[in-house]
Amino acid sequence: MNRAITRKLAAAATNAYQSKVLRKNLCGGANASAATSTQINNHIHEDKQSFTHTVHPYDIAIVGGGMVGMALACSLATTPLTKHLNVAIIDSNPALGSKVSIKKEDPPDPRVSTVTPATISLFKDVGAWQYVQQHRHAYFDKLQVWDYTGLGYTKYYAKDVNKDVLGCVVENKVLHSSLFSRVEDTDFQKTIHPSRLTLMSLHPSSSSTVESSSSTEASYVNGCLAKLELSDGSSLYAKLVVGADGAKSQVRQLAGFKTTGWNYSQNAVICTVEHSVENQCAWQRFLPGGPIALLPMGDKFSNIVWTMNPKEAADCKSMNEDDFVKAVNHALDYGYGPHPKSSLLASADMFSWLGGNLVISANDSFEVPPKVVKLASARMAFPLSLMHAKDYASRRVVLIGDAAHAVHPLAGQGVNLGFGDAFALSRIIAEGIAVGMDIGEVSLLKKYEAERKPANVTMMAILDGFQKAYSVDFGPLNILRAAAFHGAHHISPLKRSIISYASGEQRLPLFS
Amino acid sequence: MASKLLTKLGAIRDPKIARNPNLPLNATRRLFSHRPISTPPHSPPSSPPDNGKSAHKKSKPTSSLKDLELAKFSAIADSWWDSVGPFKPLHAMNPTRLAFLRSTLCRHFRKDPHVARPFEGLKIVDVGCGGGILSEPLARMGATVTGIDALEKNINIARLHAGLDPVTSTIEYCCTTAEKLVKEQKMFDAVIALEVIEHVADPTEFCKSLSALTHPGGATVISTINRSMRSYATAIVAAEYLLHWLPIGTHQWSSFLTPEELVLILQRASINVKEMAGFVYNPLTGRWSLSDDISVNFIAFGTKNGQ
Ligand SMILES: Cc1cc2nc3c(=O)[nH]c(=O)nc-3n(C[C@H](O)[C@H](O)[C@H](O)COP(=O)(O)OP(=O)(O)OC[C@H]3O[C@@H](n4cnc5c(N)ncnc54)[C@H](O)[C@@H]3O)c2cc1C
Ligand SMILES: C[S@@+](CC[C@H](N)C(=O)[O-])C[C@H]1O[C@@H](n2cnc3c(N)ncnc32)[C@H](O)[C@@H]1O
Repeated sequence: MNRAITRKLAAAATNAYQSKVLRKNLCGGANASAATSTQINNHIHEDKQSFTHTVHPYDIAIVGGGMVGMALACSLATTPLTKHLNVAIIDSNPALGSKVSIKKEDPPDPRVSTVTPATISLFKDVGAWQYVQQHRHAYFDKLQVWDYTGLGYTKYYAKDVNKDVLGCVVENKVLHSSLFSRVEDTDFQKTIHPSRLTLMSLHPSSSSTVESSSSTEASYVNGCLAKLELSDGSSLYAKLVVGADGAKSQVRQLAGFKTTGWNYSQNAVICTVEHSVENQCAWQRFLPGGPIALLPMGDKFSNIVWTMNPKEAADCKSMNEDDFVKAVNHALDYGYGPHPKSSLLASADMFSWLGGNLVISANDSFEVPPKVVKLASARMAFPLSLMHAKDYASRRVVLIGDAAHAVHPLAGQGVNLGFGDAFALSRIIAEGIAVGMDIGEVSLLKKYEAERKPANVTMMAILDGFQKAYSVDFGPLNILRAAAFHGAHHISPLKRSIISYASGEQRLPLFS
Repeated sequence: MASKLLTKLGAIRDPKIARNPNLPLNATRRLFSHRPISTPPHSPPSSPPDNGKSAHKKSKPTSSLKDLELAKFSAIADSWWDSVGPFKPLHAMNPTRLAFLRSTLCRHFRKDPHVARPFEGLKIVDVGCGGGILSEPLARMGATVTGIDALEKNINIARLHAGLDPVTSTIEYCCTTAEKLVKEQKMFDAVIALEVIEHVADPTEFCKSLSALTHPGGATVISTINRSMRSYATAIVAAEYLLHWLPIGTHQWSSFLTPEELVLILQRASINVKEMAGFVYNPLTGRWSLSDDISVNFIAFGTKNGQ
């Protein structure tokens, strides 16, 4: 360390003492007047006047207040060791501006997530599930999977894995607003910056000769803070920056984390449909072009996720509603091929080498999903892709959710992995605080990475395998695929571990 | 191993040494299990010489300072906050030893361990604080911290670094020794000297000073390296020569204390050791954890008689 810097730092250190006094006064004032803990930082100028030189640094800046970013905020706000943290949430999404009131009679949104029992219990732990329950949601305890060749089908039950439910289908906006409402009901110190991140500097260049006019700047120059610049021209400092800004993460790019990934030349068409009876089960059928899933949403609505090539997707989006409803009913019933054989005896012989109990109980027999009567939302098409960041963490930066890994919507696992990240990161931050660590320290953040990477990579490999196995029409090889179904149907331990993993338990599939 | 230790310690006195109940019984893999290599860099481990420790026979009986030791630290002082530099082991051990401090001090001072700043209201002195690696977390945990070190260079670095965060800028750093603080009649709720006693000239006098700084009913915590075959292999041969974690010559094996010796000299200074734990390094994860194995690195928590 050279002399000049040393002297500058000494001056800065003195400054720090002065600014502390300032800050104390400010906090006192804020407490006295604070009716709600949320501050919307539209008044940057005011801020600048009160601190001529000292920009108040945050403990954590969460870039991206989507479902995963909000889950982190919620977990931090409700954990004894972290609830005192001073957190900034940066997102221009207007949903964060004020309490959005979702009415039960609002038409269902096509963007839904299938949350796993593991996610549900995390939501319960932080007290957010009760808010979800005030809105439309649909639990399901049964999943039927079959394919168009008519050779095989399988059914998964929650009771097979000693659970009450396999999952719950909830609109994304409900999950988001539930987490947000939960945070609002605590006295967590958070500041929402309705803006977007444009620049981030973590390691100021050594040539930076800016006269450190404030202690904050000095801390930054010394790598004790990260500096963020926002599209509204303001800037802020934080000990830790969390990238929760989705698949196209700016934080990831600015931090220089590399990614691997690929696109499948397939799209998912997503929409909400209505039935005349309540749908109680989750359904998935593999068609020559890819799978179609029908997920119960409650109030006689279901969500459709239908994978196909981009041309078909474009057609599906543009065809008239009646034709689309017909196409959906066709795809979920006799289209492309017969129902799987109700008499399984022949195939039971065929697969006897798989062992297991071949007696099928009555309610285990093949069922046809309820008919769709009406389209209930716009149709949206998304390209399928898989993306994984090679690093999740470095000094003062960490990625969670889609910023670290984006998976195709096929198995509805995307946001569950993200919630897993958010809650794990919150726990690890709490562990660091318990032993007085600087929360931006790389050794702490690498602990989070070491915990989450294997879980995410495993799930991605499974989803990739699914995709490969079912996106191609194997012709005669379909019999193998059918065999796999039968295998899954009859070999309980195997089936159990598949469901366990898909329902968010930590155990590795197939190897447990 | 553990029970042998307790009997051995029991032979010295009747220590009410409780094993930390939170410790995992399964100690993590040891760093090295082989014996020291044939050409020992320092004194041969087969006949531990006694002269290194019996410094009280030396000419400077009132000072715990050892010039040679201080020169070693002075040479590497700039790298205190480089977590992969010469002080890497201290950085890596930090969460583990702070977890020990958190659990022992919270229990002793009846503090709520579930809050972010459980040490609020406790006056703690970090003796031999170096660059402040331990002082800063203690301050974040709410303690009113005084950090002292015999080296001006260390104190300057500690001060600069702590000044960068308002929470740690409250630490009072002072270039002085434990003896001098005793003369100034300073007293603390907890006196902590981690990885220092192996560098002082007279451990007995040093412990007396630590005790004099501790309020009756307060706590004294010391961590150091055991004088065992294993410590010779790991702390010196491995850490200094093979892994180059520490500059060669950082440690003098002969001046290490065994847990029995430490318990004894602390007891003579009116400190009763109540808990002891070992630190073991897991080369696979690169992390340290608390364990029952005190054969290399260990930490002792004691309380001062009185009141
Ligand atoms: C069609 C489709 C269907 C899906 N279906 C399912 C499903 O059924 N089940 C499931 O679990 N998952 C599903 N997923 C995946 C799931 O939606 C995502 O995993 C989830 O939304 C990720 O949440 P996130 O908070 O990480 O990111 P996002 O939801 O992408 O949120 C990112 C946030 O960051 C903000 N932001 C972005 N850039 C910046 C910036 N520079 N500055 C400030 N803010 C910024 C954005 O405004 C946004 O609010 C699906 C995904 C798609 C595309
Ligand atoms: C191995 S370092 C330990 C630093 C710190 N306690 C930690 O564990 O992170 C030993 C420190 O003790 C200091 N020291 C050595 N002898 C001392 C003495 N007699 N009095 C005060 N400090 C001493 C050295 O300057 C050095 O900074």
